[in-house]
Amino acid sequence: MSPGHYLALSAILFTIGALGVLVRRNAIVVFMCVELMLNATNLAFVSFSRMHGELDGQIIAFFVMVVAAAEVVVGLAIIMTIFRTRRSSSVDDANLLKY
Amino acid sequence: MSRSSHVSAVLAQGGEIPAPHIEYGQIGPLLLVLGVAVAGVLVEAFAGRTWRYYLQVPVAFLGLAGALVWTILLGWRDDPHHVAAEGALGVDGPTLFLQGTILVLALVCLLLIAERGDGRGAFAAQASALPGSEAEQRTAAAGITQTEVFPLMMFAVGGMLMFPASNDLLTMFVALEVMSLPLYLLCGLARRRRLLSQEAAVKYFLLGAFSSAFFLYGTALLYGYAGSVKLADIATQISKDAGSETLLLAGVALLSAGLLFKLGAVPFHMWKPDVYQGAPTPITALMASCTLVAAFGAILRVYYVAFETLKWDWEPILWGVSILTMVIGAIIAITQTDLKRMLAYSSIAHAGFLLTGVVATNQNGLSGTLFYLAAYGFTTIGAFAVITMVRDAGGEAAHLSRWAGLGKRSPVVAGVFAFFLLAFAGIPLTSGFTGKFAVFKAAVEAHATPLVVVGVVSSAVAAFFYVRVIVVMFFSEPEADGPTVVAGPATAAAVALGLTATVVLGVLPQPLLDLAGHATTHMFVR
Repeated sequence: MSPGHYLALSAILFTIGALGVLVRRNAIVVFMCVELMLNATNLAFVSFSRMHGELDGQIIAFFVMVVAAAEVVVGLAIIMTIFRTRRSSSVDDANLLKY
Repeated sequence: MSRSSHVSAVLAQGGEIPAPHIEYGQIGPLLLVLGVAVAGVLVEAFAGRTWRYYLQVPVAFLGLAGALVWTILLGWRDDPHHVAAEGALGVDGPTLFLQGTILVLALVCLLLIAERGDGRGAFAAQASALPGSEAEQRTAAAGITQTEVFPLMMFAVGGMLMFPASNDLLTMFVALEVMSLPLYLLCGLARRRRLLSQEAAVKYFLLGAFSSAFFLYGTALLYGYAGSVKLADIATQISKDAGSETLLLAGVALLSAGLLFKLGAVPFHMWKPDVYQGAPTPITALMASCTLVAAFGAILRVYYVAFETLKWDWEPILWGVSILTMVIGAIIAITQTDLKRMLAYSSIAHAGFLLTGVVATNQNGLSGTLFYLAAYGFTTIGAFAVITMVRDAGGEAAHLSRWAGLGKRSPVVAGVFAFFLLAFAGIPLTSGFTGKFAVFKAAVEAHATPLVVVGVVSSAVAAFFYVRVIVVMFFSEPEADGPTVVAGPATAAAVALGLTATVVLGVLPQPLLDLAGHATTHMFVR
């Protein structure tokens, strides 16, 4: 199978993730969609790495995984804090700051 | 021999992969700041509760000051124009100027963050305790405030130093995250109005993570286009006019979206008012000054090094973004009633003015932007420092109506704030005028005169709401239960530094303009 198919899959996953961020209400789900976008990016890096016949893209994917893990730690801490305060993880309920 | 065959040849022989060559001396400021951040974490872990504050403040101060001295020595001893750490970081005039600016502004912000004039400071005693809970009251009664804010701030500053220096897109992504992740947390640490603060943290985090995913996908597409994430290799590939243009243009668009988000440029500006209003004011000052400098440094490097030969393609888009940013920032600011929110929209408008310097893509554009960033950083820290000083029973009185008659109650504070507002508006003899003049001049030289006309008109619109605040402060009667002015020594020092810089850079701008001009003689290293 040509690497082009993987690129198409990566673009589809990225789009699903981006749409999810825009339409879902639960902060955890929104966050999961961001992680989906990052993983779609990893797939693109690895496919391009294969197409160019070199290892850089695969190494970059490892960096992205580490950064994504750090982001999960910080993100869940922030979402947990606001959930404990408000008893809700809906991003629509956080509406004190506007206009 | 290509790199992959080299690697497989090494592995096949069972030999060792050659160790990378790192120039520790050249990237010393960055390593020092990150090292001090780690030391701060150790202090948090091992020092007694009562001692932590007295250890953290000097450690952070010395770290920043040491890094500043190191940066100055690097720039002064020889005119550096090379890459370090296997080409991952650039050490050149513009980068050192930006890093020096970030470190100076961070030192002034540290004064605000370390302020405990009334024994409490701006940060939650224990961020994990629920607002209004028994645990929160207990920690408040004990009178001890946790100090995790110092190491977090140092990590953020470390990321900011790395962001404009990154010479490849992977380093830039890592720097972006090292800078942003601590800032997301810092936004949620306010002592007062904790719901607003936590909401700001969630919004900043979700939108920031969303935008960095765009940045990363842009990086992936450019990697697919050029076969490398190094800015110089991407530039070479573009000038060869080889490879898939679809990948290139889509990559540039996604990467730009990620970078423009960090600047708060329209249409990626929606987070800025919410986050600036909800975050603790010292952190707002840090974001409005240091983060803006770092983000502009990164966008300048990307556009001047990697995409310079592609100027015909991105220039119209950046024109549009710049015009929208100036106009929308200035117009929406008119309707604001909260001072922090108004300054956030003012910061959006200023990002638009600064973008005219990026569009110019000439040496004057670069040096003008550098000067403007330094001047604006000092003024904005000073303005936010004044906001922390005006308090009532519920904390800072940031609503505009509460500032009515402040000029009669505390003429000095109101006068200083009025001066900062005039500097934002760009009145001559303030640093704001010199900065705007520098970037607009460069834009005219680059045949972007319509952009400058829009810039001047939106400056005039912006002057309206700055003057409105001055009128409210000086020409209305003070309320009976109006806010009081509480000036801790560190805050007062920060305001004094901001004021001095604003006056000096307005009256005698030539030394710093010369320095910025000298730093940009050879532009960015490739």
